[in-house]
Amino acid sequence: MIETRNLVKTYGRIRAVDGVSFRVEPGQVLGFLGPNGAGKSTTMKMIAGFLSPTAGSASVCGFDVRENAIQARRELGYLSEGAPSYGEMSVRGFLDFIADVRGLSGERRRRRLDDAIGRLQLESVLEQGVETLSKGFKRRVGLAQAILHDPRALILDEPTDGLDPNQKHEVRALIQSMAADRTIIISTHILEEVNAVCTRAVIIAAGRVLADSTPAELEARSRYHGAVSVCVVDPSALRMGLSRIEGVALVEVDAGQGRITAFPRAGQRIFERVQEFLRAQQVKASEVQLERGRLDEVFRSITQAARPAKEAA
Amino acid sequence: MSPVRAIFRRELASYFATPVAYVFIVIFLILSGAFTFYLGGFYERGQADLLPFFNFHPWLYLFLVPAVSMRLWSEERKSGTIELLLTLPVTMWQAVLGKFLAAWAFLAIALALTFPIWLTVNYLGDPDNGVIVAGYLGSVLMAGAFLAIGACLSATTRNQVIAFILTVVVCFLLLLAGFPMVLEFIGAIFPQGVVDAIANLSFLTHFTAIAKGVVDLRDALFFLLVIVFWLTACALVIDLKKAD
Repeated sequence: MIETRNLVKTYGRIRAVDGVSFRVEPGQVLGFLGPNGAGKSTTMKMIAGFLSPTAGSASVCGFDVRENAIQARRELGYLSEGAPSYGEMSVRGFLDFIADVRGLSGERRRRRLDDAIGRLQLESVLEQGVETLSKGFKRRVGLAQAILHDPRALILDEPTDGLDPNQKHEVRALIQSMAADRTIIISTHILEEVNAVCTRAVIIAAGRVLADSTPAELEARSRYHGAVSVCVVDPSALRMGLSRIEGVALVEVDAGQGRITAFPRAGQRIFERVQEFLRAQQVKASEVQLERGRLDEVFRSITQAARPAKEAA
Repeated sequence: MSPVRAIFRRELASYFATPVAYVFIVIFLILSGAFTFYLGGFYERGQADLLPFFNFHPWLYLFLVPAVSMRLWSEERKSGTIELLLTLPVTMWQAVLGKFLAAWAFLAIALALTFPIWLTVNYLGDPDNGVIVAGYLGSVLMAGAFLAIGACLSATTRNQVIAFILTVVVCFLLLLAGFPMVLEFIGAIFPQGVVDAIANLSFLTHFTAIAKGVVDLRDALFFLLVIVFWLTACALVIDLKKAD
C-alpha cells in the first residue's frame, strides 16, 4: 500500500506539488498522468524518500517515508526517471551491488537474481558494461534493479520512455505480471499505456490532483464517449441525415479522413440508430465505429482547464 | 553485507574499472619519487630517514587528492545515480562513509605502493622504522583530511572541474596557514593567540609533527576531527542540494 496525505513540495515560491493525496492498494496499478512539470516526478521522489516533503506525509506499506525511512525503502522498488545506473559496472556487477546493499544473501539472493535477470531477459548482456548497452537494455537493467528484492510496492517513473514498441509491450507485460499482489505506481505521458496496464488513473497538473478514477471512467468523460464514426467516400452527404437521427446532438465532418462523426446527447445511445439509418439509406460505409472516448482529449481538457485557474490565483 | 561495505566495495572497484586509477597511481609514484630524490636530496643528505619523502606529501596531495575526490559526489549527481543510491535502504551517513572510505582506501593503496623507497632506505642504512611508520600514518591521515574536504566540495556541484578547483583552493589555504611566512605576516597584525589558532588549523603543522616521529594523539585527533567535520558538512550539502 502506498499512501500520501496532503503532500506539498515548494521550491522557493514555486509549489511544485500542492497537496497531493491518494491511496493505492495492493493489486492496483496507478497511472500517474500529467503534463511535463506537473509534479509527477517530484511526488514520486518524495514517496521514494529522495526528496523530503515540505509538508504532508507519505507512507509505503505503512512505514512513513520520513520516520521509518529505511523500512519504507526496503518495501519499495523504485525506478527513477531515465533509469540511472553506474555506467562503468557490468550488468552482473551492478545487480550484485544492489543485492548487497539490500542485504540479500544465500539461496534467496540467488533466486532473486535469477528471477530478475530472467524476467527482464538480461542473460545475454550480463558481462557487458552498462554504458555500452542500448537504451532499451539500460531501462531493463533499471527495472531489474527495482524488482530485485521482490518489493511489495513499486514506483516506476516513465518506465517505457524512449523504448521501441516491442520493448514497451514487454515492459507492460512485466508490470501486468507483477500487478496481482503488489502496489504499483507508474508515471507516463503515453495515454495508451493507461488503458494497457493501469487499473486507476490520477491526473495531476500544476501540483494538484485533478482527476482520480478508472481509465474507463475517464474515457466516459470524453465528448467522444458513445459517439459513432462512419467512414464513407463522401461524408458531407450524410450530414443532414445523421443530424436528424433521434438522440444525435451534433455531427462533425472530417473531409480529409473521409470520416463523419455523430455525437450523442447526454445519456443517449445512438449506435444502433445510426446503423439502421445507414442500412435504410444503403450507404456503403468502409468502417462504422462506436467510440469509447478519447483519453488524450480528456487529458487536454482537464489539464488545460486547470491552467487559467492557477494563473488567476 | 552491511550497506557501508557494499558501497565501499562498489566504489573501490569502480576506481580500477577505468584506467584512471592506474594513471593516478603511476603519477603519484613518479612524482613522490622525483620529489624525494631531486628536490628532497635524498642521497645528498646522507641520512637514513624518509623525511625528504614525507615532506613533499602535503604538496603532492594538494593536487592529487582533489583529482580523486572531485568525482565522488559530483558524478553521482550528474549521472543521476545519486537518486538511485539514496533511495536504497541506506542512511545518508552510510552512503557518505562508504564512498569516503573507498576513496581513502584507494589513496592508501597508492601510498602503500611507495614501499620500495622504504626498502631502499633500509638497504642503504639503518633508519628508525618507527619514525617511518609514523610518517606513513600521518600521511594517510592527512590524505583523509584532504579527501573529506574534497568530498564535501564535490557534493556542492555537478561539475568535476569546479569541484577540483574549489578543493585545491581550500586545501591550499589550510596548508598555507602553517607556513612560517604567512604566520609571521599574521603575527605582525594580530596577537599571538590568533597566530597560534591559525597555525593549529594548518595541516602542515600537524603533519610535520607526526612525520618527525612524534605521534601525539592530539595531532592524529586533529585530522580525524577534520574528517568528521567535513563529512558532516558533506552530508548536509547533499541533503540540501538534492533537489537541483
